[in-house]
Amino acid sequence: MDTIKIVLAGQPNVGKSMLINAMSGSNGLKVGNFSGVTVEKTEVCFEHHCHMMEMVDLPGTYSIRGFSQEEKVAHNYLQGEEYDVIINVLDSTHLQRNLLLTLELLKLNKKMVLALNMADEAKKEGIEIDVKQIEAIIGVPVVLVSANTKMGVEELLEKIHEVADNPKREDSNIVYSDAVEEEILDLVQFIDAKGFSFRDLSSREIAIRLIFEDKDLYKELHDEPIMMELQPRLISALEHLYLHHETKNVQEIKYNEYNAIARGIRMETVSCKRNRGGKNRTKKIDDIMINKYLGIPIFLFLMWGLFQLTFKLGAMPMDWIDAGVGAFGDWIGSTISNESLKSVIVDGIIAGVGAVLMFLPNIIILYIGIALLETTGYMSRVAFLLDGFFHKFGLHGKSFIPLVTGFGCSVPAYMAARTLKSEKDRLITLFIIGFMSCGARLPIYVLFAGAFFGAEKAGNILFVIYISGALLGLIMAKVLRVVVFKGDDEPFVMEMPKYRLPSFILVWHTVYNNAKSYVKKAGTFILGASILIWALATYPNQPLLEKSYASKIEQIKDTQKISQLENELKMKKLENSYLGQIGKASEPFFAPLGFDWRMTVALEAGLAAKEVVVSTLGVLYAIGDEVDETSNALSNELKANISFASAMAFIVFVMIYLPCLAASMVFAKEAGGYKYLVYLFIFTTVTAWILSFITYQILI
Amino acid sequence: MKLSDLHKGDSALIKKIETQEALKTRLASFGVVRGSKLTIEACSIGKQTMEILVDGTLIGLRGEEAKQIEVEKI
Repeated sequence: MDTIKIVLAGQPNVGKSMLINAMSGSNGLKVGNFSGVTVEKTEVCFEHHCHMMEMVDLPGTYSIRGFSQEEKVAHNYLQGEEYDVIINVLDSTHLQRNLLLTLELLKLNKKMVLALNMADEAKKEGIEIDVKQIEAIIGVPVVLVSANTKMGVEELLEKIHEVADNPKREDSNIVYSDAVEEEILDLVQFIDAKGFSFRDLSSREIAIRLIFEDKDLYKELHDEPIMMELQPRLISALEHLYLHHETKNVQEIKYNEYNAIARGIRMETVSCKRNRGGKNRTKKIDDIMINKYLGIPIFLFLMWGLFQLTFKLGAMPMDWIDAGVGAFGDWIGSTISNESLKSVIVDGIIAGVGAVLMFLPNIIILYIGIALLETTGYMSRVAFLLDGFFHKFGLHGKSFIPLVTGFGCSVPAYMAARTLKSEKDRLITLFIIGFMSCGARLPIYVLFAGAFFGAEKAGNILFVIYISGALLGLIMAKVLRVVVFKGDDEPFVMEMPKYRLPSFILVWHTVYNNAKSYVKKAGTFILGASILIWALATYPNQPLLEKSYASKIEQIKDTQKISQLENELKMKKLENSYLGQIGKASEPFFAPLGFDWRMTVALEAGLAAKEVVVSTLGVLYAIGDEVDETSNALSNELKANISFASAMAFIVFVMIYLPCLAASMVFAKEAGGYKYLVYLFIFTTVTAWILSFITYQILI
Repeated sequence: MKLSDLHKGDSALIKKIETQEALKTRLASFGVVRGSKLTIEACSIGKQTMEILVDGTLIGLRGEEAKQIEVEKI
């Protein structure tokens, strides 16, 4: 079977990822309505007409000549890799701006198809597009498609076959301004007269590239004798253009020309029958949402609502899961006769994994909220509203997107930071993403807030924890900006996409994928960690200790005293276990913060994954006493065993210290090396320790 | 007149963009070049950021950058 390798290129928010979904029927990709969802190129394969379609989805970029990480990824791929066809995806409702990228892509001289996406939306807005005319001007096939309704998708696939079978792309009929055309004509005549040819480029194409100072072409032509004669002609041509365009910046001249061409194509091919309703709607919503005075209160209210919802709505299914897991553990326990096997399964595996699964409802609600922000287009508005504020802390309004993603999970957040063009802005953002408490830390907060403040206040406490974590992150950003990353700021220029109704499918994909990976973690990583922690807590066996207590218990008749002694035995066994030894060894380091060895162990286990903190506490505190079947078993235990000051210091430490193993690895990759991970470890641990210490000393 | 001197609802033509190359490229890829027509759609408090409409695209811009764009009010 033949393979057709296809590259999708397009500006952000044109629905490239969704178009791939529509073409392949796959659903593995995440699609969002803000810049830079596809941060790495994504590959999808499927079969069509006995050809294997291999698709590469490049990150959305406004240009392929820019300096941002994504633009580099896109440019390097398009320039350096082998592929058959480029699908240039455009937003039909914003054709003019989208065509600017098309003009750059044409310069690659590769086979290409234009997919005018969101054609259904354009139709609704009364926009009519003359496809044939665009084809005539640009010289590549143009297809109207809609990833939403799947309209035109089949036609697009047919066109890809057609184009892939053609040996060469047709030349385009793009006309520059008179001034440029004159110079082009001059050079073409000279090149033709010399009988010069180069690669697969036409004389006109060579002339255009020479005028616009195409670096690659200059490099290649450097040793050609024709250059000597071309040089004076080029200089005079450029002098004319400088005069005409009132600037000596060739790039600027090129942008002006491209913009004029794009405008020309739009005027020639697009007609708008009705007043554009969609845009007016966006304007109306923007009047409220980014209102000078209302904007920020609305944003804070939405965030507050999201956290309230996460806690209140999540409480019910949490109780069911908790009760279900408890009953399941009892039932399994009653069928196993071997004591140590029963212990590993009930106290180790079921208690550990159950404690993690319990928080699935909260996490699903939080992800739904974030997915809604993304797909409606509100996320970019928030960046707009917050830039003034963020800028004061040495951050960029765009940092908001990775930072808020960090509330869900640090892994995609680290990757989303690539939308930041300046290296410094990016690194600062990367360093403080951890201060935005991720979904996996949520269970710890919910547990402690519920235990120490009661269920009514827990929602507010949770809000305070998240906000203070975020504020702390901002302060740290300023510190980093002043002390470590000095220098110029990145400009703030970003598109405000049209408001869209959230698509159920997109929200579903985001939430489903995240929930799935959370459960998967519970089933694999956390399962393993639970067994390990159980084993560390149970071994080595201590027969001597058991014997001495057994004989003591035999001598006493009083049942109350017997249970007291039994508890004492369990505590002693735990203290002498491997886990107890590890905790004890590092206890001095945490003693000033008011942590006992069990909390210490939980924190250390949390370096692997934050979910493990709760399951470790579950195992450690459930073993010592009678198992209580009410849903608040663990939180009651915590309240009974931990002082208020220690608990608060513990929350503070959890808020700040190093994210999980997986996130740390992604951080190292995104920041550009493991040395940054070492910095991050020192930075977070020191900050966490100092602030926990202060918290404990104030509250004690 | 600078872009940053305009208020919500104003329209203007871009006369000159005097700024560093990276920003110029970015602006150009959004269709913000000499001769483009723009409308101010929104300003945040103290004009820290401004939202402009150029050729049907809404663009968010920082006040500092708006200072570097020379316009003519229409």
